[in-house]
Amino acid sequence: MKISREEVEHVARLARLALEPTELDELTGQLDAILGYVDKLNELDTQGVEPTAHAVPMENAFREDQVQASIGIERALQNAPSTADSCYQVPKVIE
Amino acid sequence: MKLNSSSIHQLRQKLAAGELTSVALTRACLERIAATNGKVNSFITVCEKEALAAAEVADRRIAAGDAAPLTGIPLAVKDIFNTLDVRTTCGSKILDNYISPYDATVIAKLREQGAVIVGKLNMDEFAMGSSSENSAAGPVLNPWDLQRVPGGSSGGSAAAVAAGQVPATLGTDTGGSIRQPASHCGVVGLKPTYGRVSRFGVIAYASSLDQVGPLAGNVEDCALLLGAVAGYDPADSTSVDTPVPDYLASLKEGVKGKKIGLPKEYFIEGLDPDVKKAVAATIATYQQLGAEVIEVSLPHTDYAVACYYLIATAEASSNLARYDGVRFGVRKDAGEGLIDMYRQTRAAGFGDEVKRRIMLGTYALSSGYYDAYYLKAQKVRTLIREDFFAAFEQVDLLLTPVAPTPAFKIGEKVNDPLQMYLSDIFTIPVNLAGTCGISLPCGMSHEGLPIGLQLLGKPFAEAEILQAAWAFENATDWGGKFPEL
Repeated sequence: MKISREEVEHVARLARLALEPTELDELTGQLDAILGYVDKLNELDTQGVEPTAHAVPMENAFREDQVQASIGIERALQNAPSTADSCYQVPKVIE
Repeated sequence: MKLNSSSIHQLRQKLAAGELTSVALTRACLERIAATNGKVNSFITVCEKEALAAAEVADRRIAAGDAAPLTGIPLAVKDIFNTLDVRTTCGSKILDNYISPYDATVIAKLREQGAVIVGKLNMDEFAMGSSSENSAAGPVLNPWDLQRVPGGSSGGSAAAVAAGQVPATLGTDTGGSIRQPASHCGVVGLKPTYGRVSRFGVIAYASSLDQVGPLAGNVEDCALLLGAVAGYDPADSTSVDTPVPDYLASLKEGVKGKKIGLPKEYFIEGLDPDVKKAVAATIATYQQLGAEVIEVSLPHTDYAVACYYLIATAEASSNLARYDGVRFGVRKDAGEGLIDMYRQTRAAGFGDEVKRRIMLGTYALSSGYYDAYYLKAQKVRTLIREDFFAAFEQVDLLLTPVAPTPAFKIGEKVNDPLQMYLSDIFTIPVNLAGTCGISLPCGMSHEGLPIGLQLLGKPFAEAEILQAAWAFENATDWGGKFPEL
């Protein structure tokens, strides 16, 4: 086994996904099969190979620090499930 | 002239000559969509009112002699593009009620030209899939055979063109999501070089791989639409500041003297016999057109799918962290606190494939596994890129199949994610390398399903692959076919 059900539960916690027991069972099998497959990368010796993070090598993209138009509070909040006083509202974080 | 199988080129001439108005043309498209969408399910949202208003403006612009190449032309876009004041779901329940507060740069560019955006196209949820079955709006069906998938993730973008609903569309391609559905639906689709087209306002899946591109009924329309959306955008720090050539001007230059490489790793056992035959026949066509065809090797091809599914899912797990029920989307809250709200919102809002990829990506990035999976995949990505650059020292372009088989049946691979992933084996490598590719029709299977040819080019050599595609299209009868619906 490449991955256990306990590890899958742990990853679900990290990913902030409330998964049903049946989903955890199914995902354990599927992730195990996929991880078994991707193991083939270990056939390759990559010692001394630089990782590629981006297809196009790029430096930081700078621009002048000038004030520009933005979409505004109303637009920014138009899709929020809950708002209050021009802010996003979330469930209580600290009791 | 049948409007629903006309090219943009033909439509432009009619509009310019005053033989057709954009309003009439837009109405014809809306009627065609109304008549066929129940069969193919290519549209998630149809913007009738907005489209007719844009068409009226376009007609005035044409009458005033101020027409741009796309003025008055009805187009549709994948539901991944933010489109001002229009619902943008990305095929997901979690964005069911999301109304875009702004336009993606490519949408703004289409509007500046006076193009008429008639609606938003169905897709695999968050562009994750190869069949367009993973959509909250239900699966897209292939216009050539309604029992089969159109490919994915831009399945709606390909099916809408094949069904004659609109002459061209925009899609996105992260691992083949433009080229594979184009192949399965018998249309032309181009994935530009990474950085060629702005991704500002495009809902992110895997940011180091995602790229926007056109799908159309023919190569010329594809070239026209690419020219309209390509170019540097200060709002996308990954877009590249290099001039956009006039793709139409160089389109008909031919392939005489060009060197075309056949990567031997793409002509493997397991390749469908009809696909093999159709793609092999293209070699003779190119030779007759004056190109030299030689065998080349991309030795790390076999590792591309594994490499892709680690990199893409890792980036996705990070990108999709934003769907937490706070700023947009559908919130689910059982009153158990903030963290529980996140967990419930995401569990209820994401579909199975999205959850699977978030899980795989989170695992690949998690403490203790980062080096073994994510970093390893990034190193293999370097080897795959180097394969391409070595091949491009020998040849101008590469010729391959797009997919190992023609369109498969609905439901055939839904329970076997790994088999589904392997259907992208020929399209994924070029996303990892970051260069460009085009898919165009090159044959029909014995069951009457379209087969696609893929041409891959050097970085920013879109003009060159378009030339080669145009030469093939005009030397054969495979292009411009539409199924009965």
